[in-house]
Amino acid sequence: MANTINIPTPLRPFTDKKESVEVSGATVGELLSDLTKKYDGLRKHLYTDEGKLRNFVNVYLNDEDIRYLQKEQTPVKAGDTLSIVPSVAGGR
Amino acid sequence: MSLSLGTGVDAAIRAHGVETYPNECCGALIGRDGAVTATYALPNTTEEGPRRRFLVRPSDYREAEKRAAEAGGDLLGFYHSHPDHPARPSQYDLDHAWPFFSYVIVSVREGVSEDMTSWRLREDRSAFDPEELRSA
Repeated sequence: MANTINIPTPLRPFTDKKESVEVSGATVGELLSDLTKKYDGLRKHLYTDEGKLRNFVNVYLNDEDIRYLQKEQTPVKAGDTLSIVPSVAGGR
Repeated sequence: MSLSLGTGVDAAIRAHGVETYPNECCGALIGRDGAVTATYALPNTTEEGPRRRFLVRPSDYREAEKRAAEAGGDLLGFYHSHPDHPARPSQYDLDHAWPFFSYVIVSVREGVSEDMTSWRLREDRSAFDPEELRSA
């Protein structure tokens, strides 16, 4: 089952400049895992050392934030699109 | 690495920092190949105290990417101000940084803009490296 993940600008250097990548899996977590298997350089920017999604990494299934679904356990169906959208934060 | 700021960009960032003082301002840098041609001011939506934090929420991030594409350019990074604090990235900046982007910081002291610097995250996320900032 193929799904598309939209890649934000700062992560495109790790996906051969591709704006979207085809991945497969049955859940959001599996799609993300397939993505980092294909492009290993993404892993440290998406996940903490403990393997949790960083809190400024937002993942949307179609237009729904996965935090309000079943997070990485959210099931996906053919044709669903995942989007990785940064929160940009900082301060002194 | 270097970042050049086109006509009016330096002034726009400083003016935004002064306008929001004593709170932090933030905005997107739009351009191509290390040359910023436009800024896009964004609301600081932090809930942690805007005098020392900024947050660009995902919907505004998406809008910034869209604006960049419509302008025929790329999203090159973000700027923010450090009110009454040096223009150097903090540990908090580092913890939340994205690769590839330029992070421009302007120091605003007592309502007056001072130093402006630009930084890029190291690929292993261990630190920021300064990049040369050139203004038109």
